Amino acid sequence: MKNNNAHVIGVNGNMVKVAFEGTLSKNEVGYIHVGTSRLKGEVIRVNGSEASMQVFEMTGSIAVGDEVEFSSELLSVELGPGLLTQIYDGLQNPLPDLAAQCGFFLQRGVYLDPIPSKDWEFTPVVKVGDRLRPADAVGTVMEGIFTHRIMVPFSFEDEDWTVTHIVEKGVYNVRSEVARLKSAKGVERSLTMVFSWPVKKAIKCYRERLRPDETLVTKIRIIDTFLPIAKGGTYCVPGPFGAGKTVLQHMTSRNADVDIVIIAACGERAGEVVEVLKEFPELTDPKTGKSLMERTIIICNTSSMPVAAREASVYTAVTMAEYYRQMGLNVLLLADSTSRWAQAMREMSGRLEEIPGEEAFPASLESVIASFYERAGKVRLRDGKIASVTIGGTVSPAGGNFEEPVTQATLKVVGAFHGLSRERSDARKYPAIDPLSSWSKYKGIADEKKVSYARSILFRGSEINQMMKVVGEEGTSVEDYITYQKSELLDSVYLQQNSFDPVDSAVEVTRQLYCFDLLYSILKAKLELADKKEVRAFFNQVRQSFLDLNNSAFKSEAFMALEASIRELAASKQGRA
Amino acid sequence: MQKVYTKIESIVGNVITVRAQGVRYNDLAMVGKSLANVIKLDGELVSLQVFAGAQGISTTDEVRFLGYPMKVSYSENLLGRVFNGSGKPMDNGPELDENLIEIGGPSVNPAKRIIPRNMIRTGIPMIDVFNTLVESQKLPIFSVSGEPYNQLLARIAMQAEVDLIVLGGMGLKYDDYLYFKDTLKESGAMDRTIMFIHTASDPTVECTMIPDLALAVAERFALDGKKVLVLLTDMTNFCDALKEMAITMEQVPSNRGYPGDLYSSLASRYEKAVDFEGAGSVTILGVTTMPGDDVTHPVPDNTGYITEGQYYLKGGRIEPFGSLSRLKQQVNKDTREDHRALMDGMIKLYAAYKESVEKKSMGFMMSEWDNKLLDYGKLFEARLMDLSVNIPLEDALDEGWEILASCFEPNETGLKSDLIVKFWPRTEE
Ligand SMILES: Nc1ncnc2c1ncn2[C@@H]1O[C@H](COP(=O)(O)OP(=O)(O)OP(=O)(O)O)[C@@H](O)[C@H]1O
Ligand SMILES: [Mg+2]
Repeated sequence: MKNNNAHVIGVNGNMVKVAFEGTLSKNEVGYIHVGTSRLKGEVIRVNGSEASMQVFEMTGSIAVGDEVEFSSELLSVELGPGLLTQIYDGLQNPLPDLAAQCGFFLQRGVYLDPIPSKDWEFTPVVKVGDRLRPADAVGTVMEGIFTHRIMVPFSFEDEDWTVTHIVEKGVYNVRSEVARLKSAKGVERSLTMVFSWPVKKAIKCYRERLRPDETLVTKIRIIDTFLPIAKGGTYCVPGPFGAGKTVLQHMTSRNADVDIVIIAACGERAGEVVEVLKEFPELTDPKTGKSLMERTIIICNTSSMPVAAREASVYTAVTMAEYYRQMGLNVLLLADSTSRWAQAMREMSGRLEEIPGEEAFPASLESVIASFYERAGKVRLRDGKIASVTIGGTVSPAGGNFEEPVTQATLKVVGAFHGLSRERSDARKYPAIDPLSSWSKYKGIADEKKVSYARSILFRGSEINQMMKVVGEEGTSVEDYITYQKSELLDSVYLQQNSFDPVDSAVEVTRQLYCFDLLYSILKAKLELADKKEVRAFFNQVRQSFLDLNNSAFKSEAFMALEASIRELAASKQGRA
Repeated sequence: MQKVYTKIESIVGNVITVRAQGVRYNDLAMVGKSLANVIKLDGELVSLQVFAGAQGISTTDEVRFLGYPMKVSYSENLLGRVFNGSGKPMDNGPELDENLIEIGGPSVNPAKRIIPRNMIRTGIPMIDVFNTLVESQKLPIFSVSGEPYNQLLARIAMQAEVDLIVLGGMGLKYDDYLYFKDTLKESGAMDRTIMFIHTASDPTVECTMIPDLALAVAERFALDGKKVLVLLTDMTNFCDALKEMAITMEQVPSNRGYPGDLYSSLASRYEKAVDFEGAGSVTILGVTTMPGDDVTHPVPDNTGYITEGQYYLKGGRIEPFGSLSRLKQQVNKDTREDHRALMDGMIKLYAAYKESVEKKSMGFMMSEWDNKLLDYGKLFEARLMDLSVNIPLEDALDEGWEILASCFEPNETGLKSDLIVKFWPRTEE
């Protein structure tokens, strides 16, 4: 610790003003001494010999004159084997360990080692004399189902480092030395399996960035078929409260076809995190046969936890995502909700008495949001492997109105937009993604021509529905009425999906395509139905069978029977095309 | 060491500023006869908000720092008592100062929480069937003035099987305060009730203290194994008091004058709802009145983003749209196998009914299907939505099937065939 001879000169909420001497950098971490505890904070503004710190804890009992000690380090996280399965707060404090030590309540000023002090079987992949660069591996350990590369810290000078010592294959503690490296200038440094990295800086140790051109399968029909997301892409889910953002993210976190999922619960309800952390260990990942928890990290800074740590939490999460990307893995980061993060920035900005932008958000809001989503990406690593970080964020717009700064800033930078509508969620049409206004720039799983035909039925159906509201059903032709019923069918048996049904909640690609084709044949069919009553009866029957089919195991007897009955029914009303 | 200062530098709204040293953030002081707490430190300038309001405070009044933050007494002696927002008795009973506990304490470690698992039965079908209330839930009633929200609150409190009721009243009309008191007395629940009451005529700052006082006490009782139900009415008054304070402090408002940290302020209170493993629980039922019946107003809007659903009380009924219990799926899987499907199916049909009503009001011809829906909607409203209906969940589910069967063919309901086979009422032939 350096001596800045610093002390508190003011307190306003979680913003503390400090007078200091000597040098200090922005985003440097400091600790305020209050009684016997040390409260962590981050310098967010320096003005002459005064610094403003956002404090990551409740600030009660701080007094003018209290000593402040600075660390010379930027706000950082520790990276190394053992991150998976963990539950951290926004500053990477391991919450279960904290609970073991402090009981029911969070206790301020307690900071525990984020990476468990564990032994790992280390296999070296270099020998003395080899030349390495930052992010090159010196060895590997098996972290659950993944080969975890132990790398040259990203913070090392980007130049050649020569291996001067490497341990033999064997079991070592995560913090014991596994290698020593020497730079051209003769600086020698020791490596353990752990190193740290400042969270607000993107990790860029890759050869090139690639276009996100591979669909990231979520097993949610409306997404994979109609509004796909991509590995290395970004997307956002804005929606009013209760529309289903969190449920959608939870479904995605279970079923997404990626290696690792990082859940950042940012300023939302603690109870929702509990559901994940109690259920995931019990659920098996069909891909690996292991518990879902083995591929998951939870960063949880819930709404009643200190707001400054909330601001940090999304960065903590994305830094871990980038770290695992360096191992050649596909990582999905789900942030719920980015609006709470933006609000944390707003609170800070207000206390700094900055000139406010729209709705009192800081003027820098757009650029901060943009640079966060920029940390997603599909990359080719230096060893040629392809890896990705995908970011999906929920947005909680005030009043459910998308014309607000956070939603608008986010829409400018993401590759897909899944807008949830109050109308659909009120009608229990889940997932309540509005199929008409949502969009995606990515490639989906199904044939594009068929998808766009199905989409045209949706649009046409909605138009007809609008028209019917004006001219009434009696003023609508049978033909239009059939189109309308087709769009309703598509909505109720394909776009809607029951998250709580064991079969329907997750639909594999093959099944999606199979059912989409079946549905497509009906959408395409030229149906000969005499009047609206017959139309309605026909579609009721098809819908009923299709819903039952959605709840039956793929290609089971029941499934095949239902499929046959749907086809028969359609054929019986099929006119000559 | 209690230092006394006698030079008040400024008095703005309910906030006074003195020059003092060694004062800690959030600590209490006596200003004249009122409590006050430190809300800002700037060098030697200490800003305090005065609980009883700053009216009549003069620049030479005594400011005596107490050296500790706001506390409340915690013991069995609280039962049956009524206090104000400074924690002082309102019922002529003795002042309590034993076993003081801090208010606004730290939040529960998420890793220590458990998944809520106990349904709270209310006998109200719109709650039990469609939006089940769950122990440890935080859930407000969204309403407008004139609606019987306090009656609903009291009814649920009486009917719910809890050990203890803590009532936090904010800006409460005196009549409403008396209503709660009488209702609790009549039902014999008063001796397991604690009240923290701020009435409409009490000082604003005290209003902001009510939730913290009520929740601190509730939390301790829960840790001691009690199932506690906290009633907070009306949280909109609480938010308006925060707004007033923020404006006094010249904070930049974010939305319609409300401070940018409104979300965090509300969340830190509502998140006190918890089920302690191996001990008791805190369930929070609030009232949020919506100015202009506008759910996008910052208060209901921020609340909705925090709580685990809401009951939307309108026209004396809990509306199916806008009402939501987010914890229902934790418990409705274990009630009866048809519960979930029936709940969704009936609401979908009710939504369709609303469309038909709209069509009808525009003078369109009603199709056969529309007419079926119209019959259905009427029955649904009369036999399930009406607040006078008071039946157990199972009876309400049976009632639901009866209503469906009297209006529709099975395949018109969108319900799964296996449930229809099992539950569709047989017609006697
Ligand atoms: N796919 C779904 N299937 C069934 N029910 C759903 C689905 N999505 C949401 N719901 C219902 O809606 C409720 C609210 O959903 P959720 O918590 O995801 O909303 P949210 O958009 O995250 O709201 P907030 O912004 O307040 O956090 C859930 O508790 C559940 O009852
Ligand atoms: Mg949510």
